[in-house]
Amino acid sequence: MTGPIYRESYSVERGNFATAGDASRAMKNTLKRMGVDPAIIRDVAIASYELELNLVIHSAGGSITLEIFPDRLRLTCADRGPGIPDISLALQEGYSTATQEVRNMGFGAGMGLPNIRRHSHEFDIESAMDAGTTITSQYRLMPNDGGK
Amino acid sequence: MTVNELAALIEGKVLSLHGENDIKRGCVCDLLSWVMARGSEGCAWVTVQTHLNVVAVASLHEMACVVWPENVEADAESLAKADEVGVAVISSPLSAYKIAGLMYEAGVGA
Repeated sequence: MTGPIYRESYSVERGNFATAGDASRAMKNTLKRMGVDPAIIRDVAIASYELELNLVIHSAGGSITLEIFPDRLRLTCADRGPGIPDISLALQEGYSTATQEVRNMGFGAGMGLPNIRRHSHEFDIESAMDAGTTITSQYRLMPNDGGK
Repeated sequence: MTVNELAALIEGKVLSLHGENDIKRGCVCDLLSWVMARGSEGCAWVTVQTHLNVVAVASLHEMACVVWPENVEADAESLAKADEVGVAVISSPLSAYKIAGLMYEAGVGA
């Protein structure tokens, strides 16, 4: 399989709400410069922002990476724990383990993972307790979408 | 309708730069994930949330402005970020309900 022709990666720390969205904005600007279809850019922005927030709210910290291949885009979010004990429960719309403080900010409604899955062409999540969680979200590119 | 025109309509004031942004539609919601999933370009988003992530969501969707109803206390960090990323912010003494009604009457759709 062909490797990525472009890659950018951002570190996201737990609890840092002040910079949440910065990585997504940077990645969105990259995709706009490359002339990717606006509908796909919107989907990537929604998914990447929810991934960033998951890192800030739930993880022990991690990274989010955008890779561009000739025929697709891939977002990879990898954290350092704590892991998700029941992935099928975490994927249920409305289920959340967020604190009241986070909910008061307008997050923690159990919409993050469902939003990411809904706005991905391919979605994969793997998690091991204490080791961490990796979420992959992929998007097919049309021939004129840039990335060539 | 521009942000400056909306501010006049809802007895508000523009607290940021970018008062000439063009408004294409409106929404009222305080749940950020909800708005993230459904937001759109050129939106005027009415919310009582004032923290930085509101600006992040508005910016990612290239919204025209955020509208803070009922004179909710302004957040200086959010205003600085809004200036930086091209989103305007309006503060109004009116309720979210009344602001939405006035926007709708003036032809701003959902």
